[in-house]
Amino acid sequence: MAAKPKLHYFRGRGRMESVRWLLAAAGVEFEEEFLETREQYEKLQKDGRLLFGQVPLVEIDGMELTQTRAILSYLAAKYNLYGKDLKERVRIDMYTDGTLDLMMMVAVGAFKPPAEKEETSAKTRYFPVFEKILKDHGEDFLVGNKFSWADIQLLEAILLVEELDASVLSDFPLLKAFKTRISNIPTIKKFLQPGSQRKPPPDSHYVAVVREILQF
Amino acid sequence: FEEKYIATPEDLDKLRNDGRLMFGQVPMVEIDGMELVQTRAILNYIASKHNLYGKDLKERALIDMYIEGMADLNEMIIIFPIHPPGEKEAKLALIKEKTTNRYFPAFEKVLKSHGQDYLVGNRLSRADIHLVELIYNLEEFDPSLTASFPLLKALKTRISNLPNVKKFLQPGSQRKPPMNPKSLEQAKKIFRLP
Repeated sequence: MAAKPKLHYFRGRGRMESVRWLLAAAGVEFEEEFLETREQYEKLQKDGRLLFGQVPLVEIDGMELTQTRAILSYLAAKYNLYGKDLKERVRIDMYTDGTLDLMMMVAVGAFKPPAEKEETSAKTRYFPVFEKILKDHGEDFLVGNKFSWADIQLLEAILLVEELDASVLSDFPLLKAFKTRISNIPTIKKFLQPGSQRKPPPDSHYVAVVREILQF
Repeated sequence: FEEKYIATPEDLDKLRNDGRLMFGQVPMVEIDGMELVQTRAILNYIASKHNLYGKDLKERALIDMYIEGMADLNEMIIIFPIHPPGEKEAKLALIKEKTTNRYFPAFEKVLKSHGQDYLVGNRLSRADIHLVELIYNLEEFDPSLTASFPLLKALKTRISNLPNVKKFLQPGSQRKPPMNPKSLEQAKKIFRLP
Protein backbone atom coordinates (compact mmCIF):
# COMPACT_ATOMS: atom_id res chain seq x y z
CA MET A 1 0.00 0.00 0.00
CA ALA A 2 1.34 3.42 -0.87
CA ALA A 3 2.52 5.65 1.95
CA LYS A 4 0.29 8.58 2.82
CA PRO A 5 1.32 11.97 1.47
CA LYS A 6 3.30 13.92 4.08
CA LEU A 7 3.05 17.68 4.38
CA HIS A 8 5.87 19.82 5.80
CA TYR A 9 4.79 23.31 6.84
CA PHE A 10 4.08 25.59 9.76
CA ARG A 11 1.17 24.69 12.00
CA GLY A 12 -1.16 27.07 10.20
CA ARG A 13 -2.82 27.85 6.89
CA GLY A 14 -0.42 29.91 4.79
CA ARG A 15 0.26 28.43 1.38
CA MET A 16 -0.32 24.84 2.47
CA GLU A 17 -4.01 25.18 3.30
CA SER A 18 -5.14 24.83 -0.32
CA VAL A 19 -3.22 21.54 -0.47
CA ARG A 20 -4.99 20.32 2.67
CA TRP A 21 -8.34 21.24 1.15
CA LEU A 22 -7.64 19.40 -2.08
CA LEU A 23 -6.44 16.23 -0.36
CA ALA A 24 -9.36 16.29 2.07
CA ALA A 25 -11.90 16.88 -0.70
CA ALA A 26 -10.42 13.95 -2.64
CA GLY A 27 -10.79 11.78 0.47
CA VAL A 28 -7.05 11.23 0.74
CA GLU A 29 -5.55 10.75 4.20
CA PHE A 30 -2.34 12.65 4.81
CA GLU A 31 0.26 13.18 7.52
CA GLU A 32 1.76 16.43 8.64
CA GLU A 33 5.11 17.43 10.09
CA PHE A 34 4.96 20.90 11.57
CA LEU A 35 7.86 23.33 11.44
CA GLU A 36 8.24 24.83 14.87
CA THR A 37 11.89 25.90 15.01
CA ARG A 38 14.48 27.49 12.78
CA GLU A 39 16.64 24.38 13.24
CA GLN A 40 14.00 22.10 11.71
CA TYR A 41 13.76 24.40 8.72
CA GLU A 42 17.50 24.59 8.26
CA LYS A 43 17.72 20.81 8.44
CA LEU A 44 15.23 20.46 5.58
CA GLN A 45 17.32 22.90 3.58
CA LYS A 46 20.66 21.29 4.41
CA ASP A 47 19.31 17.84 3.57
CA GLY A 48 18.55 19.21 0.11
CA ARG A 49 14.85 18.45 0.38
CA LEU A 50 13.65 21.92 -0.58
CA LEU A 51 14.41 22.62 -4.24
CA PHE A 52 14.40 26.39 -3.75
CA GLY A 53 14.94 26.34 -0.01
CA GLN A 54 11.25 26.96 0.66
CA VAL A 55 8.16 25.27 2.02
CA PRO A 56 5.46 24.01 1.37
CA LEU A 57 6.99 20.59 0.82
CA VAL A 58 4.86 17.51 0.09
CA GLU A 59 6.29 14.02 0.01
CA ILE A 60 4.14 12.02 -2.37
CA ASP A 61 4.65 9.07 -4.70
CA GLY A 62 8.40 9.02 -4.13
CA MET A 63 8.79 12.74 -4.93
CA GLU A 64 9.59 15.72 -2.76
CA LEU A 65 7.37 18.37 -4.33
CA THR A 66 7.64 22.05 -3.59
CA GLN A 67 5.92 25.07 -5.16
CA THR A 68 2.28 25.29 -4.20
CA ARG A 69 0.85 25.35 -7.70
CA ALA A 70 2.96 22.39 -8.81
CA ILE A 71 1.66 20.40 -5.85
CA LEU A 72 -1.97 21.40 -6.44
CA SER A 73 -1.83 20.60 -10.18
CA TYR A 74 -0.33 17.20 -9.49
CA LEU A 75 -2.98 16.33 -6.91
CA ALA A 76 -5.82 17.62 -9.07
CA ALA A 77 -4.69 15.49 -12.00
CA LYS A 78 -4.00 12.42 -9.86
CA TYR A 79 -7.41 12.49 -8.19
CA ASN A 80 -9.43 13.29 -11.34
CA LEU A 81 -10.32 16.81 -10.32
CA TYR A 82 -8.80 18.47 -13.39
CA GLY A 83 -11.51 18.16 -16.05
CA LYS A 84 -11.90 15.63 -18.82
CA ASP A 85 -9.82 17.29 -21.54
CA LEU A 86 -7.48 20.15 -22.29
CA LYS A 87 -10.25 22.72 -22.77
CA GLU A 88 -11.82 21.91 -19.40
CA ARG A 89 -8.36 21.91 -17.84
CA VAL A 90 -7.58 25.42 -19.12
CA ARG A 91 -10.82 26.73 -17.67
CA ILE A 92 -10.01 25.14 -14.34
CA ASP A 93 -6.53 26.70 -14.55
CA MET A 94 -8.00 30.15 -15.29
CA TYR A 95 -10.46 29.95 -12.41
CA THR A 96 -8.05 28.49 -9.85
CA ASP A 97 -5.30 30.90 -10.83
CA GLY A 98 -7.60 33.87 -10.31
CA THR A 99 -8.82 32.43 -7.02
CA LEU A 100 -5.27 31.68 -5.87
CA ASP A 101 -4.28 35.29 -6.65
CA LEU A 102 -7.04 36.38 -4.28
CA MET A 103 -6.03 33.82 -1.65
CA MET A 104 -2.36 34.82 -1.76
CA MET A 105 -3.46 38.41 -1.04
CA VAL A 106 -5.32 37.15 2.02
CA ALA A 107 -2.50 34.82 3.14
CA VAL A 108 0.09 37.62 3.24
CA GLY A 109 -2.52 40.00 4.65
CA ALA A 110 -1.88 38.59 8.12
CA PHE A 111 1.69 39.86 7.91
CA LYS A 112 0.86 43.34 6.68
CA PRO A 113 -0.60 46.41 8.33
CA PRO A 114 -4.40 46.48 7.86
CA ALA A 115 -4.37 49.03 5.02
CA GLU A 116 -5.05 46.80 2.01
CA LYS A 117 -8.54 45.34 1.74
CA GLU A 118 -8.63 41.91 0.20
CA GLU A 119 -12.40 41.66 0.60
CA THR A 120 -12.86 44.55 -1.81
CA SER A 121 -10.97 42.70 -4.53
CA ALA A 122 -13.15 39.68 -3.84
CA LYS A 123 -16.35 41.65 -4.22
CA THR A 124 -15.42 43.67 -7.28
CA ARG A 125 -13.02 41.57 -9.31
CA TYR A 126 -13.37 37.90 -8.46
CA PHE A 127 -16.77 36.95 -7.05
CA PRO A 128 -18.80 38.64 -9.83
CA VAL A 129 -16.91 36.52 -12.35
CA PHE A 130 -17.82 33.26 -10.69
CA GLU A 131 -21.42 34.33 -10.10
CA LYS A 132 -21.66 34.97 -13.86
CA ILE A 133 -20.09 31.62 -14.74
CA LEU A 134 -22.63 29.79 -12.61
CA LYS A 135 -25.44 31.89 -14.03
CA ASP A 136 -24.41 31.34 -17.66
CA HIS A 137 -24.44 27.53 -17.54
CA GLY A 138 -26.85 27.00 -14.64
CA GLU A 139 -24.93 23.92 -13.51
CA ASP A 140 -23.95 22.84 -10.02
CA PHE A 141 -20.19 22.96 -10.59
CA LEU A 142 -17.93 25.52 -12.23
CA VAL A 143 -16.58 23.32 -15.04
CA GLY A 144 -17.97 20.44 -17.06
CA ASN A 145 -20.93 19.78 -14.80
CA LYS A 146 -18.60 17.83 -12.55
CA PHE A 147 -16.84 18.46 -9.25
CA SER A 148 -13.30 19.73 -9.82
CA TRP A 149 -10.38 21.54 -8.20
CA ALA A 150 -11.97 24.83 -9.29
CA ASP A 151 -14.96 24.24 -6.99
CA ILE A 152 -12.77 23.34 -4.02
CA GLN A 153 -10.52 26.36 -4.52
CA LEU A 154 -13.48 28.73 -4.81
CA LEU A 155 -15.16 27.38 -1.68
CA GLU A 156 -11.95 27.79 0.27
CA ALA A 157 -11.64 31.38 -0.98
CA ILE A 158 -15.26 32.19 -0.11
CA LEU A 159 -14.88 30.94 3.46
CA LEU A 160 -11.60 32.79 3.81
CA VAL A 161 -13.02 36.12 2.68
CA GLU A 162 -16.15 35.62 4.80
CA GLU A 163 -13.85 35.55 7.82
CA LEU A 164 -12.85 39.10 6.89
CA ASP A 165 -16.38 40.21 5.93
CA ALA A 166 -19.32 37.97 6.73
CA SER A 167 -21.59 39.77 4.26
CA VAL A 168 -19.32 39.40 1.24
CA LEU A 169 -21.77 37.06 -0.56
CA SER A 170 -24.81 39.24 -0.01
CA ASP A 171 -25.01 40.23 -3.69
CA PHE A 172 -24.17 36.78 -5.03
CA PRO A 173 -27.10 34.35 -4.63
CA LEU A 174 -25.63 31.66 -6.86
CA LEU A 175 -22.36 31.70 -4.94
CA LYS A 176 -24.34 31.36 -1.72
CA ALA A 177 -26.08 28.28 -3.07
CA PHE A 178 -22.77 27.00 -4.42
CA LYS A 179 -21.16 27.43 -1.00
CA THR A 180 -23.90 25.38 0.65
CA ARG A 181 -23.82 22.70 -2.00
CA ILE A 182 -20.07 22.18 -2.03
CA SER A 183 -19.86 22.34 1.78
CA ASN A 184 -22.28 19.42 1.92
CA ILE A 185 -20.14 17.10 -0.15
CA PRO A 186 -19.28 14.37 2.41
CA THR A 187 -15.48 14.69 2.29
CA ILE A 188 -15.70 18.47 2.53
CA LYS A 189 -18.35 18.38 5.22
CA LYS A 190 -15.99 16.22 7.27
CA PHE A 191 -13.09 18.61 6.68
CA LEU A 192 -15.21 21.52 7.87
CA GLN A 193 -15.94 19.86 11.19
CA PRO A 194 -13.85 20.40 14.33
CA GLY A 195 -11.04 17.88 14.74
CA SER A 196 -10.12 17.83 11.05
CA GLN A 197 -6.72 18.87 9.70
CA ARG A 198 -8.10 22.23 8.61
CA LYS A 199 -6.13 25.03 10.24
CA PRO A 200 -7.53 28.11 12.03
CA PRO A 201 -6.98 31.69 10.87
CA PRO A 202 -3.50 33.04 11.65
CA ASP A 203 -3.08 34.61 15.08
CA SER A 204 -0.20 36.63 16.50
CA HIS A 205 1.52 33.48 17.76
CA TYR A 206 1.51 31.93 14.27
CA VAL A 207 2.83 35.13 12.73
CA ALA A 208 5.62 35.24 15.34
CA VAL A 209 6.63 31.62 14.71
CA VAL A 210 6.75 32.12 10.95
CA ARG A 211 8.72 35.35 11.26
CA GLU A 212 11.24 33.61 13.48
CA ILE A 213 11.66 30.54 11.32
CA LEU A 214 11.88 32.47 8.05
CA GLN A 215 13.81 35.31 9.70
CA PHE A 216 11.93 38.33 8.40
CA PHE B 1 0.90 34.25 -33.84
CA GLU B 2 -0.66 37.69 -34.22
CA GLU B 3 -0.44 40.51 -31.73
CA LYS B 4 -2.80 43.36 -30.90
CA TYR B 5 -1.10 46.00 -28.85
CA ILE B 6 -2.78 47.97 -26.11
CA ALA B 7 -1.48 51.51 -26.74
CA THR B 8 -3.95 53.64 -24.79
CA PRO B 9 -6.14 53.40 -21.69
CA GLU B 10 -9.12 53.34 -24.03
CA ASP B 11 -7.83 50.16 -25.70
CA LEU B 12 -7.78 48.44 -22.29
CA ASP B 13 -11.19 49.89 -21.33
CA LYS B 14 -12.71 48.49 -24.51
CA LEU B 15 -11.43 44.98 -23.81
CA ARG B 16 -12.82 45.21 -20.29
CA ASN B 17 -16.16 46.69 -21.31
CA ASP B 18 -16.58 44.07 -24.03
CA GLY B 19 -16.26 41.44 -21.29
CA ARG B 20 -13.23 39.85 -22.90
CA LEU B 21 -10.96 39.92 -19.85
CA MET B 22 -12.23 37.52 -17.24
CA PHE B 23 -10.65 39.30 -14.28
CA GLY B 24 -10.22 42.64 -16.01
CA GLN B 25 -6.54 41.91 -16.66
CA VAL B 26 -4.17 41.12 -19.49
CA PRO B 27 -2.46 39.03 -20.87
CA MET B 28 -5.28 37.65 -22.96
CA VAL B 29 -4.81 35.15 -25.76
CA GLU B 30 -7.45 34.20 -28.34
CA ILE B 31 -6.82 30.59 -29.27
CA ASP B 32 -8.97 27.69 -30.44
CA GLY B 33 -12.19 29.62 -30.00
CA MET B 34 -11.38 30.68 -26.44
CA GLU B 35 -10.33 33.95 -24.82
CA LEU B 36 -7.76 32.81 -22.28
CA VAL B 37 -6.46 34.89 -19.40
CA GLN B 38 -4.08 34.15 -16.49
CA THR B 39 -0.56 33.66 -17.73
CA ARG B 40 -0.14 30.23 -16.16
CA ALA B 41 -3.38 28.92 -17.67
CA ILE B 42 -2.32 30.20 -21.09
CA LEU B 43 1.16 28.70 -20.84
CA ASN B 44 -0.15 25.37 -19.50
CA TYR B 45 -2.53 25.12 -22.45
CA ILE B 46 0.05 25.93 -25.10
CA ALA B 47 2.68 23.64 -23.55
CA SER B 48 0.23 20.72 -23.35
CA LYS B 49 -1.06 21.28 -26.85
CA HIS B 50 2.44 21.32 -28.31
CA ASN B 51 3.91 18.44 -26.30
CA LEU B 52 6.25 20.51 -24.18
CA TYR B 53 4.89 19.39 -20.83
CA GLY B 54 6.53 16.02 -20.19
CA LYS B 55 5.30 12.54 -20.98
CA ASP B 56 3.34 11.80 -17.79
CA LEU B 57 2.08 13.25 -14.54
CA LYS B 58 5.38 12.88 -12.67
CA GLU B 59 7.38 14.65 -15.38
CA ARG B 60 4.75 17.35 -15.42
CA ALA B 61 5.09 17.75 -11.64
CA LEU B 62 8.85 18.22 -11.98
CA ILE B 63 8.39 20.71 -14.81
CA ASP B 64 5.79 22.59 -12.74
CA MET B 65 8.08 22.73 -9.72
CA TYR B 66 10.96 24.11 -11.79
CA ILE B 67 8.91 26.66 -13.69
CA GLU B 68 7.13 27.95 -10.59
CA GLY B 69 10.53 28.77 -9.10
CA MET B 70 11.45 30.51 -12.35
CA ALA B 71 8.17 32.44 -12.27
CA ASP B 72 8.97 33.72 -8.77
CA LEU B 73 12.30 35.09 -9.99
CA ASN B 74 10.82 36.36 -13.24
CA GLU B 75 8.16 38.24 -11.27
CA MET B 76 10.92 40.22 -9.52
CA ILE B 77 12.37 41.13 -12.92
CA ILE B 78 9.00 42.17 -14.34
CA ILE B 79 8.24 44.44 -11.39
CA PHE B 80 11.74 45.91 -11.18
CA PRO B 81 11.20 48.85 -13.58
CA ILE B 82 8.24 50.03 -11.53
CA HIS B 83 10.18 50.56 -8.30
CA PRO B 84 11.02 54.17 -7.45
CA PRO B 85 14.66 55.06 -8.20
CA GLY B 86 15.62 55.05 -4.49
CA GLU B 87 14.61 51.38 -4.14
CA LYS B 88 16.09 50.08 -7.37
CA GLU B 89 19.58 49.39 -6.10
CA ALA B 90 18.36 47.24 -3.24
CA LYS B 91 15.92 45.37 -5.47
CA LEU B 92 18.61 44.67 -8.04
CA ALA B 93 20.91 43.33 -5.34
CA LEU B 94 18.09 41.06 -4.18
CA ILE B 95 17.47 39.74 -7.68
CA LYS B 96 21.18 38.97 -8.12
CA GLU B 97 21.41 37.35 -4.70
CA LYS B 98 18.41 35.08 -5.29
CA THR B 99 19.71 34.19 -8.73
CA THR B 100 23.15 33.14 -7.59
CA ASN B 101 22.23 31.66 -4.19
CA ARG B 102 18.84 30.08 -4.75
CA TYR B 103 17.73 29.59 -8.33
CA PHE B 104 20.78 29.03 -10.51
CA PRO B 105 22.32 26.54 -8.06
CA ALA B 106 19.05 24.55 -8.03
CA PHE B 107 18.94 24.23 -11.81
CA GLU B 108 22.68 23.60 -12.16
CA LYS B 109 22.24 20.77 -9.67
CA VAL B 110 19.33 19.28 -11.65
CA LEU B 111 21.38 19.24 -14.84
CA LYS B 112 24.39 17.81 -13.01
CA SER B 113 22.33 15.09 -11.34
CA HIS B 114 21.26 13.43 -14.60
CA GLY B 115 23.85 14.78 -17.02
CA GLN B 116 21.26 15.11 -19.78
CA ASP B 117 20.75 17.87 -22.30
CA TYR B 118 17.36 18.95 -20.99
CA LEU B 119 15.96 19.60 -17.55
CA VAL B 120 13.27 16.91 -17.58
CA GLY B 121 12.87 13.54 -19.24
CA ASN B 122 15.82 13.85 -21.60
CA ARG B 123 13.62 15.83 -23.95
CA LEU B 124 12.90 19.47 -24.71
CA SER B 125 10.12 20.88 -22.53
CA ARG B 126 8.80 24.25 -21.54
CA ALA B 127 11.11 24.14 -18.51
CA ASP B 128 14.14 24.53 -20.80
CA ILE B 129 12.57 27.36 -22.77
CA HIS B 130 11.48 29.31 -19.67
CA LEU B 131 14.88 28.87 -18.05
CA VAL B 132 16.78 30.11 -21.10
CA GLU B 133 14.44 33.11 -21.37
CA LEU B 134 15.15 33.82 -17.72
CA ILE B 135 18.91 33.53 -18.22
CA TYR B 136 18.78 36.04 -21.08
CA ASN B 137 16.70 38.44 -18.95
CA LEU B 138 19.11 38.17 -16.03
CA GLU B 139 22.18 38.62 -18.19
CA GLU B 140 20.71 41.97 -19.28
CA PHE B 141 21.12 43.09 -15.65
CA ASP B 142 24.53 41.49 -15.21
CA PRO B 143 26.24 39.24 -17.76
CA SER B 144 28.45 37.68 -15.10
CA LEU B 145 25.56 35.99 -13.26
CA THR B 146 26.07 32.72 -15.14
CA ALA B 147 29.83 32.73 -14.57
CA SER B 148 29.82 29.95 -11.96
CA PHE B 149 27.19 27.82 -13.70
CA PRO B 150 28.77 25.98 -16.63
CA LEU B 151 25.86 23.59 -17.21
CA LEU B 152 23.38 26.48 -17.38
CA LYS B 153 25.65 28.24 -19.87
CA ALA B 154 25.75 25.09 -21.99
CA LEU B 155 21.96 24.73 -21.80
CA LYS B 156 21.55 28.30 -22.92
CA THR B 157 23.78 27.70 -25.95
CA ARG B 158 22.09 24.44 -26.84
CA ILE B 159 18.54 25.81 -26.60
CA SER B 160 19.52 29.02 -28.41
CA ASN B 161 20.65 26.91 -31.35
CA LEU B 162 17.33 25.13 -31.79
CA PRO B 163 16.02 26.45 -35.14
CA ASN B 164 12.81 28.03 -33.79
CA VAL B 165 14.60 29.62 -30.85
CA LYS B 166 17.49 30.79 -33.03
CA LYS B 167 15.02 32.53 -35.33
CA PHE B 168 13.25 34.15 -32.39
CA LEU B 169 16.54 35.51 -31.08
CA GLN B 170 17.27 37.28 -34.35
CA PRO B 171 16.32 40.90 -35.09
CA GLY B 172 12.91 41.26 -36.71
CA SER B 173 11.26 38.57 -34.61
CA GLN B 174 8.33 39.18 -32.25
CA ARG B 175 10.63 39.11 -29.23
CA LYS B 176 10.27 42.30 -27.26
CA PRO B 177 13.09 44.49 -25.95
CA PRO B 178 13.57 45.27 -22.23
CA MET B 179 11.40 47.99 -20.76
CA ASN B 180 12.83 51.49 -21.13
CA PRO B 181 11.71 54.75 -19.51
CA LYS B 182 9.47 55.55 -22.50
CA SER B 183 7.68 52.19 -22.51
CA LEU B 184 7.33 52.41 -18.71
CA GLU B 185 5.60 55.79 -19.08
CA GLN B 186 3.26 54.37 -21.68
CA ALA B 187 2.42 51.38 -19.46
CA LYS B 188 1.66 53.69 -16.53
CA LYS B 189 -0.67 55.74 -18.74
CA ILE B 190 -2.51 52.65 -19.95
CA PHE B 191 -3.08 51.36 -16.43
CA ARG B 192 -3.77 54.87 -15.15
CA LEU B 193 -0.99 54.60 -12.56
CA PRO B 194 0.55 57.74 -11.03
